Amino acid sequence: MNNLFRSAARCLRSGSAVCVPRQTDGRSQWASVRLLCSAVDLQKNLGEMVKKDKVVVFMKGTPAQPMCGFSNAVVQILRMHGVDNYAAYNVLEDQDLRQGVKDFSNWPTIPQVYFNGEFVGGCDILLQMHQNGDLVEELKKLGIRSAVLDAEKESK
Amino acid sequence: MLVNCYSLMLPSVLRCARPISSHPALTRPFAHFGPHMDPDPSRPVQRAITTKLTDALKPDHLEVHNESHMHAVPPGSESHFRVLVVSSKFEGLPLIQRHRLVNETLKEELSSCVHALAIQAKTPEQWQSNPTVAKSPPCMGGSKGDHTVEEKLKAGRE
Repeated sequence: MNNLFRSAARCLRSGSAVCVPRQTDGRSQWASVRLLCSAVDLQKNLGEMVKKDKVVVFMKGTPAQPMCGFSNAVVQILRMHGVDNYAAYNVLEDQDLRQGVKDFSNWPTIPQVYFNGEFVGGCDILLQMHQNGDLVEELKKLGIRSAVLDAEKESK
Repeated sequence: MLVNCYSLMLPSVLRCARPISSHPALTRPFAHFGPHMDPDPSRPVQRAITTKLTDALKPDHLEVHNESHMHAVPPGSESHFRVLVVSSKFEGLPLIQRHRLVNETLKEELSSCVHALAIQAKTPEQWQSNPTVAKSPPCMGGSKGDHTVEEKLKAGRE
């Protein structure tokens, strides 16, 4: 079950041009995962999902095609800082995931951002971190050099 | 100097200037939401949010903005809000804890009718040094045809 889940989750990574579940035998691979996952399993898998990548975003739509202004804001901020390689999970694809991540984070809204397995917050918090310089520092802790620093260097 | 990302992203005015209409005849673009009652002009959700935040956080300054008209929901909806809370109860708390306090206070609304809640949580000192309300990004239509939002709108009307 975990392999099926992981391969389904992999298809949602930000690197994909279009993030949709692959069709196998006329059934969505994601739907198969959902049938196999109980709510408890989903919580356990979410625990793995948020730790597997340095930056994890649960959003509406995909980084290439966000379906919500707040989710888009998160994508834009990360892009400004040169963070392009992150795991993005589209909650519109799966209502269980959508509710599951809210329960997991104890946070009522989407988007949700995780750094190194730790919940950071939503769009408002990420924006404030971007504005006050904290985001550059937090990315540094993840071993990511913010592109904003290079842009600042060039302007001097 | 870090650039405000919104100034880069958004070439035009953020806020929709269209006034909230309470005429059902004008809701045809949202027919996919199904038949619904007239929106309650007494704005019960906005009142509940204002009351609960006032009672729980004793704010020096509070603003509750219904931003539903900026999103793909029927006119008169109470589904998308922006709140600015200035309270000494936020002293010493990191942003995430401040937001969790607000979320906890509005738990009932968030689990029923409120679909989106943008939060600014400042201490009185922070508010004095920067008395500005942030603007929400433009809607990208995600609420249109979204059954979860439809259920929340229905919950708000009952």
